[in-house]
Amino acid sequence: MSKAILYDSTLCIGCKACEQACAARWGMAYNDKIAAEEQISAHKLTCIQTHGEHFSRRLCMNCVQPACASVCPVGAIQKTGLGPVVYDASKCIGCRYCMQACPFQVPTYEWGRRLPRMRKCDMCYERQSRGQLTACAEACPVGATRSGDRGELLAEARKRIADKPDQYYPAIYGLQEAGGTSVFYLSAVPFAQIGLPANVPREALPDYTWRVLEVIPGVASTGGVLLAGIWWIAHRRAEVAKAERERQ
Amino acid sequence: MRLPKMTLWRVIFAAILISGICATYLRVMYGLGGSTNLSDRFPWGLWIGFDVMCGVGLASGGFTLVAVVHIFNIERYKPILRPAILTAFLGYLFVVVGLMYDLGRPDRIWHPLVMWNPHSVMFEVAWCVMLYTTVLFLEFLPVVLERFGWSRPLEWIHKISVPLMILGILLSTLHQSSLGSLFLIVPAKLYPLWYTPILPLQFFISAVAVGLAMTIFESWHSSRAFGRALELPLVAGLAQILAVVLSVYLWLRFLDLSHRHVLALLTRNRVETWLFGLEIALMLAPAVLLYSARIRRRPGALYGCAVMVVFGFIANRLNVGTTGLEAGSGTHYIPKWSEIAVTLSIVAVGFAAFRAIASYFPVFEPVDGPVHKEGAEILEGSEVLSA
Ligand code: SF4
Repeated sequence: MSKAILYDSTLCIGCKACEQACAARWGMAYNDKIAAEEQISAHKLTCIQTHGEHFSRRLCMNCVQPACASVCPVGAIQKTGLGPVVYDASKCIGCRYCMQACPFQVPTYEWGRRLPRMRKCDMCYERQSRGQLTACAEACPVGATRSGDRGELLAEARKRIADKPDQYYPAIYGLQEAGGTSVFYLSAVPFAQIGLPANVPREALPDYTWRVLEVIPGVASTGGVLLAGIWWIAHRRAEVAKAERERQ
Repeated sequence: MRLPKMTLWRVIFAAILISGICATYLRVMYGLGGSTNLSDRFPWGLWIGFDVMCGVGLASGGFTLVAVVHIFNIERYKPILRPAILTAFLGYLFVVVGLMYDLGRPDRIWHPLVMWNPHSVMFEVAWCVMLYTTVLFLEFLPVVLERFGWSRPLEWIHKISVPLMILGILLSTLHQSSLGSLFLIVPAKLYPLWYTPILPLQFFISAVAVGLAMTIFESWHSSRAFGRALELPLVAGLAQILAVVLSVYLWLRFLDLSHRHVLALLTRNRVETWLFGLEIALMLAPAVLLYSARIRRRPGALYGCAVMVVFGFIANRLNVGTTGLEAGSGTHYIPKWSEIAVTLSIVAVGFAAFRAIASYFPVFEPVDGPVHKEGAEILEGSEVLSA
């Protein structure tokens, strides 16, 4: 079954254990200065943000139908059956279309490097394929971040809202955003107030492009025949005109 | 007698090239971070918005004229076909150069050849650039072969020329429109004045318009640079087609806005509104002016109209590719000096290369008498039409 993450903002205490575990898993540096950054970047693939009295976490949403994977010209980004959206840096040409296309502004780039890579969370693909939890979920001391089966986590999220309706804003972020993601958020306040983009389309983004791409073979072949036809008629007319002129 | 003016231009040219070289050094040594103002929030800037999107568009005179001359068999436009193909070929070469700057890993520019993702518009763009550059090379090759008097290969190329031309037109059509399709995936980021499901169609029609405008622009410049008379009747004929294409384009954009119920956005006092207004005005003015036969008879006015269309086109591509995305990305972007320097250098080298090639190869081959006479007929014809 496909994996997912459930992040419950109402439980989060902002300890940043997830950040640290994530950095360790990727072998990235982590210190007080980096801990203070509240934006994800090429050297920090998840972050805890403070929005007034609420905490929020940012990481790759690992969409069910990821825009980034659909736009990558070389197929460097793939959606795995397991759930994580993985990236193969050895294919990447650095066009940064994935960054442009992502409605959550998740992919980041190693701007300062001479041989740069795109960077993003991949929901601990290799840990999860070994049956382990994601590093962040394992590190979370209060269960604010949990990883596991997508269907089960969704049921869990619904149950929490149903059990304590006064504590939760009655919606699950990630259920419909961009056609559905593999990261679900619960929050006490509307999601825009904890920094999550509110204007993400409900439809899977690759569909927007595919509607055009799928008609191309038809347009191209019709166009080819049409052009050849016009060419033939135009030249035939010229020939006929010439022949007639010669006859006169 | 034109020496002093030339010197001024040479100084400017040299200054641009030197700044370009400095910028190249930055790009190579310090990467995209050191040479651009791009960020995680704003991954595409001037190099995509201008070098690639405008470069491809400004090269569209090539396929437009090939269609007019060879497919529709309107032979009288033959004298301006070669310069248009040369511009297109150079345009595409410089798009590739622009990409070498913009790609994070230019050493892997060949990857789309072997690593496929047919769901990606960028993949399609990459293939179109490659194939169409090849087609343009083959279309221009006869000029080179003629210069050296190699007739055998000339014959071969002649044999494949019709399928080649049809292929070229198809590739351009796909390519011009797919540059618009690139932005279909950002419905929430691109400002609603620009985001529309018919972006590909808009991009295609405006590419045809700018192709015609660029041909007029070039004819005017070449006539001055090479001391030839402007093929006024021809150019006036193109201008007439241009007026029609522009009208269709503007009408389509109006319908699109009203259909999506976003016309009310035009009353908001935002940067986007003004930039949109500028883009439309630059297209609307020539569209109206060029319907007048009097304007079409004056080389200066024709030239002015062509320049407006070119700038209107550039404004549109920059709006879609950069400014229209700023609000949706929650950030501001102003290109760094080095981004501008590279862009200017590419344009300057393009102009110089065109000049050099045109003076060495038979790009502006004197064409046999009748063509000019036929041309004169059109002018009269067009006067009758518009009178
Ligand atoms: S930057 Fe790399 S991963 Fe992203 S779309 Fe381009 S090639 Fe694919």
